Amino acid sequence: MRYLPHTDVDVQQMLDQIEVSNIEELFSGVPADCRLKRPLDLGAAKSESETLTFLRGLAEQNTKTSDWDSFLGGGAYNHFIPAVIDQLVSRSEFYTAYTPYQPEISQGTLQAVFEFQTLICQLTGMDVANASMYDGASACAEAVLLTIRAGKKRHKILLSQGLPPQYRETIATYSAHLNIDLIDIPLQAGVTDQVELQKLLSDQVAAVVIGYPNYFGQIENLGSIAELTHASGARLVAAVSEPLALALYKSPGELGADIVVGEGQSFGIPLSYGGPGIGFFAVRKEDMRVLPGRLVGETMDKDGKRGFVLTLATREQHIRREKATSNICSNQGMCVLMVAIYLALHGKQGLRQLAEVNYAKAAYAKEKIRQLDGFSVAFSGETFNEFVILCSEPVAALKQRLEQQGVLAGISLGRDYPDLKNGLLICVTEQNSQEQIDRLVAALAGGEA
Amino acid sequence: MMSTEGRGLVLDENLLFEKSQSGRVGYSIARLDVPAVTPDQSLIRDEITDFPELSEVDVVRHYTRLSTWNYGVDSGLYPLGSCTMKYNPKINETAARLPGFTDIHPQTPEALNQGALELMYNLQRDLGEISGFPAITLQPAAGAQGEFAGMLMIRAWHEANGQKRHKVIIPDTAHGTNPASSALCGYEVITVASDGILSKEAIAAVMDDDVAALMVTNPNTLGLFEADIRGICDLVHERGGLVYSDGANLNAMMGISRPGDIGIDVMHFNLHKTFSTPHGGGGPGSGPVGVADKLIPFLPVPYVVKEDDGFKLEYNCPQSIGRMKSFHGHFGILVRAYCYILSMGGEGLKRASELAVLNANYIRARLEGEYDLPNKQRSLHEVVFSEEGLQNDCHTLDVAKRLIDYGYHPPTIYFPLVVHGALMIEPTETESKQTLDEFCDVLLAIAEEAKTTPELLKQAPVRAKVKRLDETAAARRPKLRWERG
Repeated sequence: MRYLPHTDVDVQQMLDQIEVSNIEELFSGVPADCRLKRPLDLGAAKSESETLTFLRGLAEQNTKTSDWDSFLGGGAYNHFIPAVIDQLVSRSEFYTAYTPYQPEISQGTLQAVFEFQTLICQLTGMDVANASMYDGASACAEAVLLTIRAGKKRHKILLSQGLPPQYRETIATYSAHLNIDLIDIPLQAGVTDQVELQKLLSDQVAAVVIGYPNYFGQIENLGSIAELTHASGARLVAAVSEPLALALYKSPGELGADIVVGEGQSFGIPLSYGGPGIGFFAVRKEDMRVLPGRLVGETMDKDGKRGFVLTLATREQHIRREKATSNICSNQGMCVLMVAIYLALHGKQGLRQLAEVNYAKAAYAKEKIRQLDGFSVAFSGETFNEFVILCSEPVAALKQRLEQQGVLAGISLGRDYPDLKNGLLICVTEQNSQEQIDRLVAALAGGEA
Repeated sequence: MMSTEGRGLVLDENLLFEKSQSGRVGYSIARLDVPAVTPDQSLIRDEITDFPELSEVDVVRHYTRLSTWNYGVDSGLYPLGSCTMKYNPKINETAARLPGFTDIHPQTPEALNQGALELMYNLQRDLGEISGFPAITLQPAAGAQGEFAGMLMIRAWHEANGQKRHKVIIPDTAHGTNPASSALCGYEVITVASDGILSKEAIAAVMDDDVAALMVTNPNTLGLFEADIRGICDLVHERGGLVYSDGANLNAMMGISRPGDIGIDVMHFNLHKTFSTPHGGGGPGSGPVGVADKLIPFLPVPYVVKEDDGFKLEYNCPQSIGRMKSFHGHFGILVRAYCYILSMGGEGLKRASELAVLNANYIRARLEGEYDLPNKQRSLHEVVFSEEGLQNDCHTLDVAKRLIDYGYHPPTIYFPLVVHGALMIEPTETESKQTLDEFCDVLLAIAEEAKTTPELLKQAPVRAKVKRLDETAAARRPKLRWERG
């Protein structure tokens, strides 16, 4: 086997040094009644070419967004990925390294994470960001736990129904056994109902959690929600599943959010059937020591030269064990690098321009669909690159009809929002040409795609 | 003596923000082919203050230079105990980058992504065969999230049986994630001392009707197989508890022993350890979980099932603990792990475990005597030395830093906590005898230096990008982002 370098001579010399006669003796600590008495039933090893041929066969059965007219979003976004990113993250000094616990030989990873933390702070308008979480949904769940830890005896969490359903489900999993009451805030015209929010707020509420943009692509009035939330002494958590929007709209930090979490997949990470992506997590200075996850900080070496280290580790499980701020150990290292490279390439001007292109494309599609018979735009408010349409034709049938024309029209909302059983969530990015959008509109209208 | 040390040019590199030049661009964005429109101005932000402005060349040089300051498995031996830093095969990376895997959206109808679902189904099946569990969830994002999922299932099972238990027993040799994951499920942690191997008596002394589960790591973090595991499982089961196994050290066990056969009820895998997926400088990991029959109703959603008309994602599980994260797990990592299993086959995986154990025992045999070995029992895939006997006030940290000067990544240090100044070495099966000999020669030379020239250890490293860093200052005055001075 090409990954196993041992020759027969090597093995014999090693056994001699250990003073055993065969490898089997090395397993003498494993009792006989714990031993597997047959070979593993996994088939024979495949050669490199056989393996690739087999996997290519599986890959080719899948539906690539690049081969279709895809308008799927809903927390995973089809954005162009510059060639530079894969070339750089393929440097194995980055991807075959472990967590940078030995900082003197991990300065590459550490400086890259320090820069990532800075980029996330700048984008979200916050003071401190960590080295990343698993994904947006689990980061959002960890944000809820932070507000409970820091919120003294407050035990209620108000969740906007505009949060992505997978975020709400993950929050429910994480908070199941910690005496936390999760209460939904209903929507009004596709955004969080502030009258209802006002009624639900009390001195028992630790946090209000709002999607920005929300699951329907709507831009919530975060500033006004922040005022209401702070007046009751709770924290405002903004959850951002499409962070490209932050290049265009006021940052959650500027609007008063106390914690900003989200998913960074939009920034240079392939869709990969939904993972791995990357969660980001940013707070204000006063919450720095209750943050979950790894943090990289700047320091100096013995000669006074700048360097970077993992820091404030006394929050973490390997030191604090059951009293840690979270059980998380890893971060999304390789994805941190993808996001940082993507943001560095696009920079101040490019990210804004890209956000404007997304906005304009979605606005064009929305307007065209609005004019179709049998369809309407569900909500009147501001949207970024996603919006909801209501269809007179049953959504399941409509989607199947469009699939036959090579169009992935969007995500049905009926399962998660029974009131929107005719609703379809449509996402338009820079990857969708005007011709594609026109084909979508024609196909919806019942014509040829 | 052979060594991997050398001389080279180490290039300095400022931060992205310090290199930035106003007006410089590193992108090309698709032409706007629809009318330009802009949102309501009251919603729009000002430009992002101090966001970098760089050319493509600037960015490429920046990260290329940064990469040269790192040490990876591809640079050399990386003997971190309990981390299983084996070689990351290149075909895994090629496979994970096939467009039919990277360019698929998680919300695409299942009928249109049958290849991806078949891969996940096959991986569930293969991990089940390796571990002896009838069902596997691929959803958890990493080992710690797998632990959390496993403990949630244990709690759900107890509650479904009308039981409210409050405690979890964890040995003092466990990874910190074990107690942290238990606490997330609302459990109180009972720590038991273990003298190398966990005894049935030690567990019996703390086992009662309020204990929901025992969490073990097998082989444990000292590299020892828990020889009483069957009896311990029986004991916990008799009192109505369940047994969780941390699969961090599964690399010693493939084809040798299956946790599902010996009484374990639930175990997570670390695909980034045993199944060769890269550690990525900290992640992403992937932490599938195997469960016994009685826990199947509580698996997180969704998981992949095979039906007459193909593969589908199962969401309809009324007793499920719910969702751990968005979508279906770290699919890109699952592809790599499956590629590894295909490449190794059943026999190859067993051979990997055998050679991993041979390598660790070879290092043990070569260093024992010069380095203190507190536990003399037959160890498996890793060996733990202590700092007893190091001369001239030299400590484990000094040995680790001196190894860097010789061109090696240090082993895990100061873990497990029960060994004084632990030096925990796990070479893995992908290292040759020649590499191990060079490494052992260096460690022996360092022990000699501790006697004769201890300042070489105290000053180390002197050949890395930076010298020893002031970690205390970093924590006392945290500087966690760049800001314009």
